[in-house]
Parts: sequence; structure tokens; C-alpha cells
Amino acid sequence: MAEKNAAPLVDIRHLKKYFNINVGAFQTKPLKAVDDVSFTIQKGETLGLVGESGCGKTTVGRTILQLYKPTAGEIIYNGQPVKTKRDLKTFRTKATMVFQDPYSSLNPRMTVSDIIAEPLDVHGLCKTKEERRARVLELMSYVGLNSEHASRYAHEFSGGQRQRIGIARSLAVNPEFIVCDEPVSALDVSIQAQVINMFDELQDKLGLTYLFIAHDLLVVRHISDRIAVMYLGKMVELADAKEIYEHPLHPYSKSLISAVPVPDPKIARANVRIALKGDIPSPMNAPSGCPFRTRCQYACDKCAERMPEFKEVSAGHFVACHRTAEIND
Amino acid sequence: MSLLEVNNLQTSFFTDAGEVRAVNGVSFSLEHGKVLGIVGESGSGKSVTAYSIMQILADTGKIVGGSIKLDGQELVGAGEKVMRTVRGNKISIIFQDPMTSLNPTYTIGHQLMEAIMLHTDRNKQQAYERAVEMLRLVNVNEPERRMKQYPHEHSGGMRQRVMIAMALACEPDILIADEPTTALDVTIQAQILELMQSLQKELGMAIIMITHDLGVVAQLCDEVIVMYAGSICEQGTADEIFYNPRHEYTKGLMRSIPSVDSAGTKLQPITGTPIDLLNMPKGCPFAPRCDAAMKICIRERCERMQINENHAAACWMNVKAAFEAQTGEEA
Repeated sequence: MAEKNAAPLVDIRHLKKYFNINVGAFQTKPLKAVDDVSFTIQKGETLGLVGESGCGKTTVGRTILQLYKPTAGEIIYNGQPVKTKRDLKTFRTKATMVFQDPYSSLNPRMTVSDIIAEPLDVHGLCKTKEERRARVLELMSYVGLNSEHASRYAHEFSGGQRQRIGIARSLAVNPEFIVCDEPVSALDVSIQAQVINMFDELQDKLGLTYLFIAHDLLVVRHISDRIAVMYLGKMVELADAKEIYEHPLHPYSKSLISAVPVPDPKIARANVRIALKGDIPSPMNAPSGCPFRTRCQYACDKCAERMPEFKEVSAGHFVACHRTAEIND
Repeated sequence: MSLLEVNNLQTSFFTDAGEVRAVNGVSFSLEHGKVLGIVGESGSGKSVTAYSIMQILADTGKIVGGSIKLDGQELVGAGEKVMRTVRGNKISIIFQDPMTSLNPTYTIGHQLMEAIMLHTDRNKQQAYERAVEMLRLVNVNEPERRMKQYPHEHSGGMRQRVMIAMALACEPDILIADEPTTALDVTIQAQILELMQSLQKELGMAIIMITHDLGVVAQLCDEVIVMYAGSICEQGTADEIFYNPRHEYTKGLMRSIPSVDSAGTKLQPITGTPIDLLNMPKGCPFAPRCDAAMKICIRERCERMQINENHAAACWMNVKAAFEAQTGEEA
């Protein structure tokens, strides 16, 4: 676990990403995919980011790496703001991404060695062919692929092996920080465990820092030091992984955690689920004030008026709810 | 007599590369009002088992052996005419992906009423009333308005409710749910599972729940079948399977899922990758990935062995327990 007081490796301040959606012939309306999200990640730490589909967790990951241009907000990496094109180029040799779908994120017309070496070529990191080849083989050994796989194409591999190729590619530039966007959700249970362990081992070996985005709460709980919960573009809670599981404070986190199917019949039968009414509202028509109020059993007038502040209620435990104190008595 | 009896079911797909034995000797029985879970990874044959019962296999697929008896009536080889009276009326199915299993060009109401009028002799007005009643049953708000809407106007959870309403409209004895919540978010999944549980209690139907999620099984199922490479490796009550697994694959599966207490520890994954169904080994299909594999596992496939009255497994490790269970003496 990383030190608490050291300067954070990644510092995200008031990040916003709005997409303009056409609503009429000449009219657009902003879709607030990420709306004022701030957090930090310490070096060597894993921050889990959870939420349901459409909550903006993937957009957060992509906007940090500026695959989407942020609408507003600051991305500060290792004390340096990432602003200009030049900053971005150096930033992308430090921070990389592993994508969700191992079937569509690998070019079917490239060999495995070309896929893995593409970042090396783009950033000009290998001077000679031998160097490039040696680096590719080293990366393949990190992720448990055999050297004879280097000249094959992606379609010859299973889902788990493809994800290993994607991970090797993300390691190519020797990054310090990796955004993992649902890296195991497309995999079978037995393969999922292999890949999760690999993330663990690589972190120990290479001192990596992860932003681990997933919707499977048991996976996130397993791998993360701290967990952040998002709902409709806003961050609603952030705390230590253990703390958020045992004492969730936000009503949404409470119901999310109670909804996880536990693979143990006795616990599952005894588990009282806090059922939420209805569906997530469309982010185009997000409710005023707190986005969760339409499904929240504790909602009051104040919740409709303004968005609650995202504040620290105990050491390292942040929550955005007007009624935190009342409902957690 | 059981409601559904499946005996030594074998289903193959005839592809250009050869015969793929997707289901290879599956037997089980299902009683009225019980929930049976079938768990396995992709390619284990769990969905094909369900499709074989409904006989809705793709053109290349064929039931090549075994029997499926519903209330004593043989369904294998019974012909399309008989199957038409079974599907929807006696056995219904809901599919994994609610986004693609509804027709986007008709309203929800049209599709619900079509199913009802096809299977019962209700007229249009009665079918409409029944459809509204079913939507209300699955907790859809404003069912009258929803009837006039198209599938794209509904969220994933809402569409899955419509699918459940459609499947239950003719009061089937058996509901087959093929990964009904895999495409849904956790909180919506919880809503749907809760709904299925309460409907099951209310209407007393039997459910075959096909899933890869052991959490869903733990919550819902009375009995569990674990499948690997087209055959059953273990079968028993949920408590037996979860607290006393007797097949190495099941044990491996349990060890490889993260739990609430597993943080900071290493998961113990099953090594290797799932088997290629075109090149099945002679012995136990799991032997190449099994840490405990013995010589006999590679030579010979283990038949199902009864360990106690609630539990059977196809693993050579259980010979002693099975012998004791059969003879009542100590081996």
C-alpha cells in the first residue's frame, strides 16, 4: 500500500467531459458523461472505479489519457500538469491503457510482435531491429506468452491470451501508470483469475500504479487498495476498499454492495438486498441536484436543489450526500 | 415421475472441421417447483443442453442420442408438431441478451399478444388484457403505455422483464433462463433475480437457470449441475456443491473466484485453457488442466459416481467415497 502523505502520482482535479449530442437539425445538447470528478492516486496504488453502465467510468479512464479531450479540469501527473501536445507525448510514455474487449482492441492484420511493438515504434524507443525483437520477447515473457507466438495473428488466440497480448502492448513503453478498463469482464471465470493474478504480479515486479475500472465488485474488491463509486457522471463515494465494503455511507454504494451475488448459498440466502426502484435516468436528462435522488429512499427537498459536496467525513473516506450523518446513525 | 427427465443426452454440431460433441451424455431430472442451476464456462455445453430440450438448435446441430421426457412423454424424435405444443406452453425460455431477442419493428404489446394468441384460444381483447396483466406482474410501470412502445424505448432491465412476461404468459411448467442477467448491471440483476424468485414461489414453476456466475447460483438454486466440455462433472444440492465439492474442476472454480475476504491473497486459477471440443482426449476431459490428475484420469473417463444421496461426481478421486456410499462398509 502506498504512503498516504507523499505527493500523488496522478492528481485529477475537477475533470469534466461533455459530449455534444444532436437533438435537432442545428441544435446540440451536452451529455455530461463526467461531471466534476476529482481524485488522486498514489504511486504503487490500485484505485478501483466502479459503477453501472453509463455512469462514466470508462470516460474517466479515457479522458485521463486524453483519448477524449477533457471539457474542463486538470490532469496533473507527477506534479506536472498535462496540457500541451508535448506534455501529452511524454505523458503517454508513462501512462497506458488496457482495453475491455480483447477481440476488437487488437488489429487482426498485424502479427503479435507488431502489435506489441507498435508503441515502441511510435515513440521511437528501439534503435535497432534486434533491440526491438528482444524487447518484444521480454514483454511476452512478462505476460506468459511463448516466443513462438510472436509471428502469429490475434485470431489464433483465445480471449485470455488476447488480453495478455493487450497487456504486453500496454507495458511496452515501460509505463508507471496503467488505466485498466474492464480488463477481465470478457473472460471466463477460470481465465479471469489467471489475468487478475498477472496484474498483481506485474505490479509487484514493475512497481505499477493502476486505475482499475470494472463493474464486478468482487474483482475490484480483490485487486484494489481504494475504491471509488460513480453514478451518472459524478463520484459519490471514495474510501479504502475494506472500509467501503464494510461501512458504505452513500445510499447508492450501500445498495450496489448489497446487490453483489455472493458465491456462498448460506450468506446469499441470508443477505438482505437493498433494492433500488427503477432504472438509471438518461444522462441527457439527469435530475437536478443529486443525480441519485430519483432512486434514493432518503431523498429530501435539499437533494433536488443542489448537488451535495464531495467531502471527507472520516480519514480518507469521501462521500457526496447531504444526509450522510442522519442515515448512518 | 419427474417433470422433466433427461437421459444420456448427446448433441453434436456437424461442422466443416468435423463433429463437435457439444453435449456428451448429460442426464438429470427436474421436479415440479425446483430451481436447477447449470454452471459452466463458455463452450461447456450448458446453453446447448437447454436448446436441445427446446429443440431450437442451429441447422448444423442435431440430437444424436439419449432421451428427453416431459411428464413421461418422449420429446426426442417427436417431431415439430409436438414440439410446437411444448414450446411456450409447457417450457419457455428467456435468452441472455434482451437487446436482440425482441423484434425491433413491432411494439412490445404486439409481440406479447402474438405469443399469447398463438398458444391459447384467447381473442385479441383477452390477449391484450392478459398482456397488461403480465406486465404488471413483472413490475413494469404504466403497462398500458408500455404496450404501445417499441423495444428501443426500454432499458435492458425493462426488456428482460418483457421477455419474462412473455415467457410466463402461458403459465409454463418449466422456465429455462439462459444467462438472463449477464448483460445487466448489478442493481438491475438483483431486481430481476428477486422478481424471478418471487414469481417462482407464486406460480410454482420449475426453473432451469443457466449461468457462469456462481453467485447467482448460490442465491437462487436448489440443485446444481457443473458442466465441463459437454459433460456433467458434478451434480448435487447447492449446499453440497458449494461446501463439499468433489470434482477437481468445481474445486478449482471455487478457488478462482474472488470473494469478500480474498483481498491481499493470491487467487488460485485453473491452469491452461478450456479444451478444444474437436480434439477430445480419451480420458477425463479436465485431466490436462487438473493438478491432481492420476494415470487413470488420462487413460479412462470416469463415470458418474454417487457419493451420497444428494451428490454425484465424475472424478476418480471419489472411488473410495462412492464405494462406501454404495455398500455401507468402510473401504
